[in-house]
Amino acid sequence: MSVLIFAELDEGKLKGSSKEAIYYGSKVAESLGTAATAIVIGQADDAELATAGRFGAAKVLHAADSKLTEANGMAYASVVAAAAEQEGSTVVVVAKSSLGDAMAARLAGKLRAGLAANVVDLPNLSNGFRVKRSIYTGKAFAETELTADKKILAIKKNTITPEEKEATASVEAFSPALNDSDFVLKVTNTEKATGDVLLPEADLVVSAGRGLKGPENWGIVEDLAKALGAATACSKPVSDLDWRPHHEHVGQTGIKISPNLYIAAGISGAIQHLAGVNSSKVIVVINKDPEAPFFKSADYGIVGDVFDILPRLTKAVNAL
Amino acid sequence: MKILVCVTSVPDTTTKITFTDNNTRFNKTGVQFITGPYDDYALARAVELKEKPGVTVTVLNVGTADSEPVIRKCLAIGADDAIRVDAEPTDAFFVAEQIAAIAKENNYDLILMGRESIDYNGGQVHGIVGELLGMPSISPVMQLDIDGSTAKLTREIEGGKQALEAQLPLILGCQEPIAEWKIPNMRGIMTARTKPLKVIPPAGNDTLTKVVGYELPPPRGSVKMIPAEEAETLIQLLRTEAKVI
Repeated sequence: MSVLIFAELDEGKLKGSSKEAIYYGSKVAESLGTAATAIVIGQADDAELATAGRFGAAKVLHAADSKLTEANGMAYASVVAAAAEQEGSTVVVVAKSSLGDAMAARLAGKLRAGLAANVVDLPNLSNGFRVKRSIYTGKAFAETELTADKKILAIKKNTITPEEKEATASVEAFSPALNDSDFVLKVTNTEKATGDVLLPEADLVVSAGRGLKGPENWGIVEDLAKALGAATACSKPVSDLDWRPHHEHVGQTGIKISPNLYIAAGISGAIQHLAGVNSSKVIVVINKDPEAPFFKSADYGIVGDVFDILPRLTKAVNAL
Repeated sequence: MKILVCVTSVPDTTTKITFTDNNTRFNKTGVQFITGPYDDYALARAVELKEKPGVTVTVLNVGTADSEPVIRKCLAIGADDAIRVDAEPTDAFFVAEQIAAIAKENNYDLILMGRESIDYNGGQVHGIVGELLGMPSISPVMQLDIDGSTAKLTREIEGGKQALEAQLPLILGCQEPIAEWKIPNMRGIMTARTKPLKVIPPAGNDTLTKVVGYELPPPRGSVKMIPAEEAETLIQLLRTEAKVI
């Protein structure tokens, strides 16, 4: 009967967005008068998994079969479906992410579950089971009723701020039978930036556009990001020109982010760019053009030359 | 090889979103509808694959008659024929069931669509269709080549990308830079008028979610401008006023 949370690992540690999902799931469980169970797939030690208790999970099911070490949306969906059946869970919570999305869609097909993506608030249970989700790429919200018996909620980053408590979750090994049909994709190469803050997970993001004039000038963006502990991002033209990799492109056809702080340097703020970042809590715009439309959507603005301003901001952060 | 490309008809990306009827309906007045930008990438790649002999491309839309200009444009870009399931695409599971029902009858080798529609941004339909058909699904795909019955592709992952090989049939959610968007030429527009567009009723009416109302985000407060010569004060404000660093 418990609420089941699919919690992801990054290099053996629970991802920040998954901690948020666990906390969210525990709040849903409270309103339903039940407990929260996290299902974690991949390699991690029990001490790390037990920390799920700090975010409200009573129990962690750990599927550590070596076939599952490589992220695999189809196989993970089968494992989560088996966990949902064992626990009798009718509500599954996931954090929006590449893997979470792939897993959740396959799971919805398996369970015939109603799936609400980009959920931004706790469910309203006073009249059916309703959630608020972000639609039109952050330009509106839809109050959505999940009418099926089984429900999957994919929550957007920064939906809820976890309050940690002193508690540990019990950890149980979970070894459902695996289907060969879930292991038919052959990975031939993986390129992943290491050591950097992952953009979709980042609380702080420093982003730049064509105003930087060329990829060779990105050092000043990276310096400020490093000083803040932020991720770097870019506008679509910058990714189209191959100045920066596509996985840094935020906007309508790129990644949609909702960090606490988004600093945009040399980005004019086309509506398609805003669509990817308008859920950020605080937006700072730095542009030499006082007429740049982005200033209208910003909380703080500086009219100035990014080549002058960014290094000065880095210095100011380092002086804190 | 038979390719099915599923497309959505969605408000242009520059649309100012508003609602009517006490915030229960999207206000279509004055709104320009376009092919979903991600679907457009999928279609462009399908039309490129059609340069090889023996490849056919069918376009599928689940939507009302209002979608027909978008479907005709897909035909003008180079699809051979089109199917429209005559229903409002309000629920991902419902749309996926329609696609799966058509796919079961026609045995496509490749089913392409955008990684997500830009109206509801669910990004679920390819995965649900895959599950209903017992077929692998992969998203978001940035590069795709077909070599016999093997697909070689690249998908985006957080902080990077991954190269994969898989056997057809497959379902893929697509995004840039899989292909360049295509603009129909005059000959395409003329031939599109006579290409077959079949309209069929929906299979069943299984919806698992229902939108009960809409709202717009609260407007952001006014911007606080900081003179360039005092740029450093921004960092103090972010710490003490906005409390984000």
